[in-house]
Amino acid sequence: MWSSSLPAFVPFFAAAALALVTRGRLRSLLMLAIVTLSGLHLWLLDSEVLVTMSFLDYELLPYRVDKLSIVFGYVFHIAAFISILFALHVKDTMQHAAGLLYAGSAVGALFAGDLLTLFVFWELLAVTSAFLVWAQRSERAYQSGMRYLIIQVLSGVILLAGLLIHLKTTGSLKFDFIGIDHLGGIVMLLAFGIKAAFPVLHSWLTDAYPEATPTGTVFLSAFTTKTAIYVLARGYPGTELLIYVGALMACFPIFYAVIQNDLRRVLSYSLINQLGFMVCGIGIGTALAVNGAVSHAFVHIIYKALLFMSMGAVLFMTGKIKATEVGGLYRTMPKTAILCMIGAASISAFPLFSGFVAKSMIMAAAIEEGHKVIWLVLLLASAGVLKHAGIQIPYFAFFAHDSGLRPSEPPRNMLLAMTIAAVLCLAIGIYPQMLYRLLPFATDFNPYDLSHVVTQTQLLFFAMLAFVYLNLQGIYPAERLAINLDAEWFYRRFLRRVVEKLGRWIRSSDQGIRSTAEQRISRLTAYLAQRHYPTGKGAVIRPTGSMVMYIAILLAAYLWLLLSFPH
Amino acid sequence: MADEKRYLFDNPRNVKAVLYLLYASCGLLLLVDFIIHRHITSHWEKLLGFYCIYGFIGCSAIIIGSKWLRALVEREEDYYTRDELSRPEERHVEQ
Repeated sequence: MWSSSLPAFVPFFAAAALALVTRGRLRSLLMLAIVTLSGLHLWLLDSEVLVTMSFLDYELLPYRVDKLSIVFGYVFHIAAFISILFALHVKDTMQHAAGLLYAGSAVGALFAGDLLTLFVFWELLAVTSAFLVWAQRSERAYQSGMRYLIIQVLSGVILLAGLLIHLKTTGSLKFDFIGIDHLGGIVMLLAFGIKAAFPVLHSWLTDAYPEATPTGTVFLSAFTTKTAIYVLARGYPGTELLIYVGALMACFPIFYAVIQNDLRRVLSYSLINQLGFMVCGIGIGTALAVNGAVSHAFVHIIYKALLFMSMGAVLFMTGKIKATEVGGLYRTMPKTAILCMIGAASISAFPLFSGFVAKSMIMAAAIEEGHKVIWLVLLLASAGVLKHAGIQIPYFAFFAHDSGLRPSEPPRNMLLAMTIAAVLCLAIGIYPQMLYRLLPFATDFNPYDLSHVVTQTQLLFFAMLAFVYLNLQGIYPAERLAINLDAEWFYRRFLRRVVEKLGRWIRSSDQGIRSTAEQRISRLTAYLAQRHYPTGKGAVIRPTGSMVMYIAILLAAYLWLLLSFPH
Repeated sequence: MADEKRYLFDNPRNVKAVLYLLYASCGLLLLVDFIIHRHITSHWEKLLGFYCIYGFIGCSAIIIGSKWLRALVEREEDYYTRDELSRPEERHVEQ
């Protein structure tokens, strides 16, 4: 049974089933061991794998491992391992099972060689992940998860429509380059765009991720959006539209992130900003750019998980996560603070940290292909990343004002998970060749040339200087108890109001129609009653004798007619 | 609070030290720009200290821009939830 063609999602689903029936240490051990074995199994594959199957008249490829998908496969296993380890202390079977099913669905989608298999896992991703939001078990989380699920399932339905059109035009379900020169491709891009959090389609992410459980968000941050990035990298490399979409995604969330109060929401916006870099790289589409996008996805999953873990630890230990309510926690959570700062340095792309070795490939590709304005925009976005994720997260959680909270360090499994992620961030940053060897295209890219290191350090240090200066001058926007409107306003407020208005209109016109009808009916009954009361004409009692007379008249009339028309 | 333990950054001198370290590094990095020869791939980069200026102005622009954005989109915390939630005690809870 243990052969190279065993699909990688199977161990995850098996682990989820085992998590349901085991408890305590045994469950922890099983979950970690199975994911580790599955990762090793993938690592030891020495060639590409292709499993084919026929379904009705179609040739399906339910399991395909090649150079592009396997990189994501490795990092998905790392992310799953870290997220499970981080959640080990949680005594909630539903969360463990949902987390494993969710990770397994992501792995399944990754290795789907045809669009129909992709669709199945695409929908499984949506359903399983919603439980991680609901596991918070508040009405707030329930509603947020509902909105999340509706949008995610919608994405799947659009994907199904797109793949049917694609099948009709091309006659094949194989999942390779799709492009946007036919309708099916455009419709599918919309479906993928929802999961990849394209601007305006992104609000499910910033709505639901901050509402999930402290450990659930770590799972969520890794899989859904990066599956979408993988799908874009396979189906739409070199699609020029994506360059502009990506640049926009890299920019607009920065402004939102700066003014958010919920620190996990800051990270959610920052997640979209990071996806922007990847989408941009895919849009540029050269070997260097796609390599950049893939390696950025790889390192991003790890440092974003680290940041979400550190905020999850703060939330778990203090029960608070708003910038206005936490602060000064470095006093009693120094280890968490340092680990968080390693994540922050990685996402900001300081030299020697993992973000640096990945993002620079995308930047270099943008300049190589002559996209100078895009390059400038990405450079601004890089300064913005430092601002909102690199400084804002550690600063407001662990420094800034003293909240008076003195929580202790989180449980050991949480610290260990964060430490593993932090070590990976540093290791990849220091030995980038480790990552570059895995990339889909061979590369001799060297991020550590003098001018590149110097320019990036200059950019980051002067951005920090600007933050310090504006903060000391009191120009920096203070943390405030408030929320900020975004695209979700359209359905949470505007559509709600429209529906309410429509409801009121229907109710009032319905009431009008009903009351008119009621009036008519009561007038009719009054009339009938009046006719049939003892004094009314309808109440006259006719004797049998007169009835006989009427029948005689009727028969006479009949006879007369019969005689007049004998035929 | 006399009995409370004093931590690293409770002492303003330590905070000052960190800030001076930042100022010194920034000065040094600016100086480096005059000494080494960077690869120039676009004509903007020919400007001495381009990355320093861009980093400083870019970051300031983001912060000021987001203040404007806040003026436009900020709403009270229960803006959505007062319509959506039946349990009033949850309306302000962020998690």
